[in-house]
Amino acid sequence: MMCTVCGCGEGVHHYGLGPAHAHAPGLSQARMVRIEQDILAKNDEYAAANRRRLAERGILALNLVSSPGSGKTTLLTRTLTDLAGRWPMAVIEGDQQTSQDAERIRATGVKAVQINTGKGCHLDAHMVGHALERLEPEAGSLLFIENVGNLVCPAGFDLGEAHKVVILSVTEGEDKPLKYPDMFHAADLMILNKTDLLPHLQFDVERCIGYARRVNPRLEVLRLSATTGEGMEAWYQWLNASRRLAAPGA
Amino acid sequence: MHEMSLCEGVLQLLEAHAEQEGFRRVKVVRLEIGALAGVEPEAMRFGFEVVMKGTLADGARLEIIELPGRAWCLCCGESVEIGQRFDPCPKCGGFPLQITGGEELRVKELEVE
Repeated sequence: MMCTVCGCGEGVHHYGLGPAHAHAPGLSQARMVRIEQDILAKNDEYAAANRRRLAERGILALNLVSSPGSGKTTLLTRTLTDLAGRWPMAVIEGDQQTSQDAERIRATGVKAVQINTGKGCHLDAHMVGHALERLEPEAGSLLFIENVGNLVCPAGFDLGEAHKVVILSVTEGEDKPLKYPDMFHAADLMILNKTDLLPHLQFDVERCIGYARRVNPRLEVLRLSATTGEGMEAWYQWLNASRRLAAPGA
Repeated sequence: MHEMSLCEGVLQLLEAHAEQEGFRRVKVVRLEIGALAGVEPEAMRFGFEVVMKGTLADGARLEIIELPGRAWCLCCGESVEIGQRFDPCPKCGGFPLQITGGEELRVKELEVE
């Protein structure tokens, strides 16, 4: 039952909680507070702090995003194996429940920290900040942040990365960029994975790229197969070029 | 369901302002959500009620001001309204458009006591 005097939702009539218990109708104690602040402001502050920290150490951080089953972990483990010894690398692994992916990554010998998001659908900049403390990637590293498999929620959360890389496998629908425009808009690079399967599929690569560029005209695109290794060299060149730009004084 | 964590972000803002401005209860929260912000107002309402339980905004009313998506069309040389990020220009059917509005995700104001 609503209070009939001020409509405050208290069950019984009362005389206000003000200093003098003065609570005349029409003289509500309620007031307006203007806020005008972004809901993601807190996350963006943490992200900016991460970005500063990474820049100071010349670390290139990439936020890998995709649907579940796009072959993200396979792409990552192959990359870590192929590039072993070339550059220092580290991984932050976001996973909802298990640590299987992190184990696959540690098996490559690369330092990895797992963030178990529990029921959470994305990583946020605060979690990544703590993961960085635990991981302490060495200066000049390539840091891969494997986000939770989800093309919706991670789009809005800046982690402090240099680039979002969206991975789409050709076994998925070619219209995914239109179904999840926010993610393709936020990404700088799209990797079309599992291209070795193209002969068995109806997937129209050019149409898919066209859809993606409709959402994000400046999106770069690489086609590769993390299983056969086809196209991986272009990915490594992209990493090398981005890494140079991340180096201090670049 | 990242609306849930957005609601937690709202709560953090409320708590910070409660301390700065000395209020103890929040009665109304007014949010501005753009059509291109990737947020479902209905999911936001659900998350809001759950997250605010037992806090200074328990039972507060959530008012959502929905803002349209706006973009600049280079071909037409004018500002147009769009419903989704990949929509073509409603006048000339062209791409690409420069998004100029509709990405808002903001706590505008509160009614407090």
